[in-house]
Amino acid sequence: MVMIEDEQIDLLLSDLFELYGYDFTHYARASLKRRINRVWSLDKFPSFAELRYRLRTDTEYIKRFVEELTVNVTEMFRDPSFYKSLRLDVLPTLAAKPFIRIWHAGCSTGEEVFSMAILLKEAGLLHKSLLYATDLNPDVLASARKGIVALSQMKQYSENYLLSGGKADFSMYYTAQYGYAKFLDELAERMVFSTHNLVSDRSFNEFDMILCRNVLIYFDKALQQRVLSLFDESLGLLSYLALGAKETLRFSSLEAKYRPLNGEKIWRKIA
Amino acid sequence: MAEDSLNSAPKAVVIGGSTGSIDVLLQVLPTLTPPLTYVCIIVLHRRNTADSTLAHLFSLKTTIPVREVDDKEPIQPGIIYLAPADYHVLIEHDRTFALDDSEKVHYSRPSIDVTFESAADVFGSSLVGILLSGANADGTAGLKAIKRRGGMLVIQQPETAQATMMPQQAILNTQVDYILDIKEIGTLLNNLNL
Ligand SMILES: C[S@@+](CC[C@H](N)C(=O)[O-])C[C@H]1O[C@@H](n2cnc3c(N)ncnc32)[C@H](O)[C@@H]1O
Repeated sequence: MVMIEDEQIDLLLSDLFELYGYDFTHYARASLKRRINRVWSLDKFPSFAELRYRLRTDTEYIKRFVEELTVNVTEMFRDPSFYKSLRLDVLPTLAAKPFIRIWHAGCSTGEEVFSMAILLKEAGLLHKSLLYATDLNPDVLASARKGIVALSQMKQYSENYLLSGGKADFSMYYTAQYGYAKFLDELAERMVFSTHNLVSDRSFNEFDMILCRNVLIYFDKALQQRVLSLFDESLGLLSYLALGAKETLRFSSLEAKYRPLNGEKIWRKIA
Repeated sequence: MAEDSLNSAPKAVVIGGSTGSIDVLLQVLPTLTPPLTYVCIIVLHRRNTADSTLAHLFSLKTTIPVREVDDKEPIQPGIIYLAPADYHVLIEHDRTFALDDSEKVHYSRPSIDVTFESAADVFGSSLVGILLSGANADGTAGLKAIKRRGGMLVIQQPETAQATMMPQQAILNTQVDYILDIKEIGTLLNNLNL
């Protein structure tokens, strides 16, 4: 089993930054180390020197490497009680708006965005909503744009959907074809997919709600703070910020300006 | 039993378990004498629900504080930490926890291997790894990592385990220091308390 040394990680990270402009230096190290060990063995590099040489010289390989560094695991209606709270506590307060803008930062392959579109549709708000879905990784965005997920996942997703308070027959939102479920075009029509790097890119709009779930756990505290400030700049008064089950605004400089909603990882900007 | 082999106090004990291991812990926890002088981290395979009833269940059995791990939380001795459902628990060199929702390992998240390997990296020879009952291959690779860094390996005696595969795999594939029954595991945990 290969094991990368901490000094070797530093070398790779400075190569990535100097040659390609990707800054991973503020990612949580323990997790990054596992990711690098994983690509190293998946791609069967005989030595660190060969891995590094490939990275420095092969611009095609860089794409793959960056994709493998990030964790893209996701699911629909992940943490159903979170979505239930969106249905019951959040969406009704947005209903009166003429237009609803939502940003999914770190949307991965889009399962979270399609879940949100379904909630909006059921609340009768989809037609006046726009879902901006961004990620660092162009590959996952390409897959999100297609609006397909493996059919084998649908059993669990429809259970999650029901637990989130869904009342419809979940299968009416997709058509099954060749082992895939393809979501209705009607849902995808309200989505805009684009690359956006939370480390280096700026805010691009003002939103009624930002979801950034299971992304901040991969960042160190300094980068978490930077990204939270970016979100703060992009949220108007009484807008919402939603984080992953194990992420929090506590101990951040935003804490005083945001009020947590009961029990779930949702905060409302009050100042 | 274990005293003579330990010339320095252990900094951390990591405990992994799957099927049948909750019962073991419910028996062991009441026998522990507080306060704990070391860090204790428990990783159990559990259903993928984000509730914290397990931490609550354990906290009824001991006055030692039992807590689910939070991301970036500084690791303190004297606390029993429990891996949350659906996240791997990693440990940073600055002795803070880092959570990770990457792919399952041995069909499990949290995975015992992931935490054991990461803890071995940080705690080195002052780490004790304990593997309990389970019907899974998780844990063995983690124990190997602990051994490579000079830590100590303890396995629940398979005859006393509800599911024997996990302890048996570990006994076959690693250099185990102690194979203990449930009562002896409690005694060991108290003896490590220096
Ligand atoms: C674990 S997934 C979370 C997906 C979804 N939000 C969820 O909770 O199920 C994390 C995503 O964050 C993205 N990511 C990591 N670093 C990023 C960055 N600097 N900027 C934007 N996205 C990033 C990854 O590419 C990955 O798709």
